Amino acid sequence: MQRFDELDKASMKADVPAFRAGDTVKVHVKVVEGTRSRIQVFQGVVIRRHGAGVTETFTVRKVSFGVGVERTFPLHTPIIDQIEVVTRGDVRRAKLYYLRDLRGKAAKIKEKRDTPAAR
Amino acid sequence: MTATKTVKGLLGKKLGMTQLWNEDNRLVPVTVIEVGQNVVTQIRSEETDGYAAVQIGFGAIDPRKVTKPLTGHFEKAGVTPRRHLVELRTSDAADYSAGQELAADTFEAGTTVDVTGTTKGKGFAGVMKRHGFHGVSSSHGAHRNHRKPGSIGGCATPGRVFKGMRMAGRMGGVRQTTQNLTIHAVDVEKGLLLVKGAVPGPRGGVVLVRSAAKGA
Repeated sequence: MQRFDELDKASMKADVPAFRAGDTVKVHVKVVEGTRSRIQVFQGVVIRRHGAGVTETFTVRKVSFGVGVERTFPLHTPIIDQIEVVTRGDVRRAKLYYLRDLRGKAAKIKEKRDTPAAR
Repeated sequence: MTATKTVKGLLGKKLGMTQLWNEDNRLVPVTVIEVGQNVVTQIRSEETDGYAAVQIGFGAIDPRKVTKPLTGHFEKAGVTPRRHLVELRTSDAADYSAGQELAADTFEAGTTVDVTGTTKGKGFAGVMKRHGFHGVSSSHGAHRNHRKPGSIGGCATPGRVFKGMRMAGRMGGVRQTTQNLTIHAVDVEKGLLLVKGAVPGPRGGVVLVRSAAKGA
């Protein structure tokens, strides 16, 4: 999507942190209840980033009371107040759909060990 | 029939689709139409032509490619030749003047419009794609007829296939109008119209945006 760079710039956020599949993130979502609005935090593992430009989305998976919950957000949606990267995961895939079939310890993602040269 | 409604219209080029968020944080799919500067090339009036209309032109063209009769037509309006011309039947045609430039601010955000264009050509298409037939079962003894239309009529009575029977053939590449689309935003500086929803035709296709025929 390079055709509407100028047009899309208005809708795109500049402050999106760098994160990829495997990272654990806290997504601060604005929830409007009637007239009041508050911030709700959705914490989980990013299992995919999909698309590019203003249409890019990402999916966060968490296990809540034993039930897997996945939520897909447009990356630039104004309802996201803030994205916080909690941990960086060490994974070999861009799409972590295999996590859906795993439970408990098997679904745990190794944390990325930073090598001093790389960063 | 006389035009009793005041119709506003612009020719433009479909640039493609994108998305943005409205003030309620709802996602809005929009088609971007570049209208640039349209120009009035002729006014048709009840007295001289029998109907009231305004002719508008859009798009650059090499003047050497324009035929002599058309060159004269554009000279009469005092404008450089344009590639596309269209007539809009409108009762307030007399308010326009030849040579007048029409920009994107002809329309305001929130108004409903009809958008006319030429649909994408699909080539020779079968009945399932072209007319939405259901085809034949993929199993249960079906043999090499999965996407076929089935029966196309009787036998000795009527002894022929009725005219207009829907069959395979050329699909697309025809004029189509999508009605009652909403103008989401207008960018006068860049000459862009942002229309909510999809409009007919490929990217780069010429479309006519005009006031909605139906509704208030």
